[in-house]
Amino acid sequence: MTDARADAGAQSYEGEVLPPPTVRVGPLRWLRENLFSSWWNSLLTVGALALLYVVGKGVLPWALAEADWAVIPASLKLLLVGFYPEGELWRVWTVLFLVLGLLGLSAGLWGKLLREAAVIVGSALLVLLGVLLLADWGERLRVGGLALTLFGGMGLGWLLRLRVAPPRQRPWKRVLILCWFFLPVAVVLLLGGIPGSGLLAGVPRTQWGGLLLTFALAVVSIVLCFPLGVLLALGRQSSLPVIRWAAILYIEVIRGVPLVTVLFMASLMLPLFLPSGWRVDNIIRAITAFTLFTAAYIAENVRGGLQAIPKGQIEAAQALGLGPVLTTFLVVLPQALRAVIPANVGQFISLFKDTSLVFIVPLMDFLGIALDIIENPKWGGPAREMLLFVALVYWFFTYFMSHMSRRLERALGVGER
Amino acid sequence: MAKNERDPIIVAEDVHKWFGNFHALRGISLTVRRGEVVVICGPSGSGKSTFIRTINRLEEHQRGRIVVDGIELTNDLRNIEAIRREIGMVFQQFNLFPHLTVLQNITLAPIWVRKMRRSEAEKLAMELLERVGIPEQAHKYPGQLSGGQQQRVAIARALAMQPKIMLFDEPTSALDPEMIKEVLDVMRELARSGMTMIVVTHEMGFAREVADRIVFFDEGRLVEEAPPEEFFHNPKHERTKLFLSQILQH
Repeated sequence: MTDARADAGAQSYEGEVLPPPTVRVGPLRWLRENLFSSWWNSLLTVGALALLYVVGKGVLPWALAEADWAVIPASLKLLLVGFYPEGELWRVWTVLFLVLGLLGLSAGLWGKLLREAAVIVGSALLVLLGVLLLADWGERLRVGGLALTLFGGMGLGWLLRLRVAPPRQRPWKRVLILCWFFLPVAVVLLLGGIPGSGLLAGVPRTQWGGLLLTFALAVVSIVLCFPLGVLLALGRQSSLPVIRWAAILYIEVIRGVPLVTVLFMASLMLPLFLPSGWRVDNIIRAITAFTLFTAAYIAENVRGGLQAIPKGQIEAAQALGLGPVLTTFLVVLPQALRAVIPANVGQFISLFKDTSLVFIVPLMDFLGIALDIIENPKWGGPAREMLLFVALVYWFFTYFMSHMSRRLERALGVGER
Repeated sequence: MAKNERDPIIVAEDVHKWFGNFHALRGISLTVRRGEVVVICGPSGSGKSTFIRTINRLEEHQRGRIVVDGIELTNDLRNIEAIRREIGMVFQQFNLFPHLTVLQNITLAPIWVRKMRRSEAEKLAMELLERVGIPEQAHKYPGQLSGGQQQRVAIARALAMQPKIMLFDEPTSALDPEMIKEVLDVMRELARSGMTMIVVTHEMGFAREVADRIVFFDEGRLVEEAPPEEFFHNPKHERTKLFLSQILQH
């Protein structure tokens, strides 16, 4: 909508500005309009209800009465961190406190988007606290502490935002951005330790597992594959034939090969490329495979975005004297990347779920450990409970990602044509 | 000093341009002097847009010579960028950057190309917005403005580079009739301030009032050039007469 009124000084003529009519919808009317508006919709409604009944009748009694959910709290530590040494678990907690504290502060200080993310994560923590699963009071206390840190940080950031004048907020924001920047380093040092130092004993990466490993694989791969994918997309558009053909070759080869194959290649062939004596652990191999694989798909998404930019945008930039590099980074990429947020987040969601293929390498990620526990004779087949729990956790994080991507799209779409 | 005695700032000699087999420009020669306002008119497809786009090398000419402010346009990239910094261009479709606010649209090139400080660039941008009459829109996005406002922002954006020459490629053709005047007013003011301008337009009233010279294009050739009075009242070529009778009748 263009806001011509403000400029034209309109409304000077006698014309009343009326509020839009309010429509009140009662529950019965709502039912009729939304569920029974035609015979076909009525049929669909009845059919859907019947289906819900059948599924619910099958699942609910089992879930509430028969299912043995005890397997989950009992194996929670394995599921979440794998074989990470018991005595060093405080490091994982520290990382969680760091991340959530930082998220809270940022959410308070910055806009809506982060705040919504923080509220979702915080609510999930509270649900976790309220429902079940936590074996002892120590863990309950720590999860409660996490929620408190998150919301406390948010409150603190919010206070800062309210009480401090915007220009004085800038140094605080800068400090926070710097913290985010160094967070990965701190996380790696904390979790992996500093071998040989007296302070933090090294934790061999072979002992990382479970959800922690799933997260490490997904986050690092996403962060690496995105710039690589953008570069490949730009390369594919390059006017230099060598670069263009190299990019096309790479993209088409990778897209023509299943991910499982790439993982196998990474685990079997990577050592061949490296000088003898170099040893690359399985996590790095897996990350290499995921990054190289997903980058090709990101590149194709981004190419779509690049091609959607009207030629006039590039001409306008050129006419202003911006060279090719500045035109790309200031005018073309910001618009192209924005246009492909949904596609790229879709790719990241795939990547997050595909990390479960690392049993090939072999590594024990979240799903891998769950399957291992199922096969453990001690539990006698709680497969359904375990798999449902695993599915729920995957669903939570992927839905969180897709929800935030929709919000990001909307937030960035401000005032767009 | 009369304008026709000043030194030439744009010299085009025998400029040719082909699109595939189509001969779009067939030997255009035109000299524009400092401070002159030249209006180019002609039927669609006559090559007028193509010609002004060769002046800042958005289109490459394949034969002939174009010299802008003493620098010849060749394949040398540094020359092209140097010339583009001195030439502002306003497009039919505005081509504002939709992901940036009005203020960011205007300050982008001064900050990144002229290496101006942000505060300085923003001050300049506000002055220009004042000049085109919409300072209150500085923090809106282009999509929130009317067509006329967008085009005025586009003019301010081009002026922010403090160019010596302004090219207008049918600046009012995509506008609703009620918005054409606000854009033409800005262009009138600019012409009066002494800016060198080449304007491709169908607005004959504007041409008559503001132009020092009117140039008529047809089928890739420069058919006739004359001061406005002579052009409208005493055109020499049959093709010009036909064109004028067609556009002045309705």
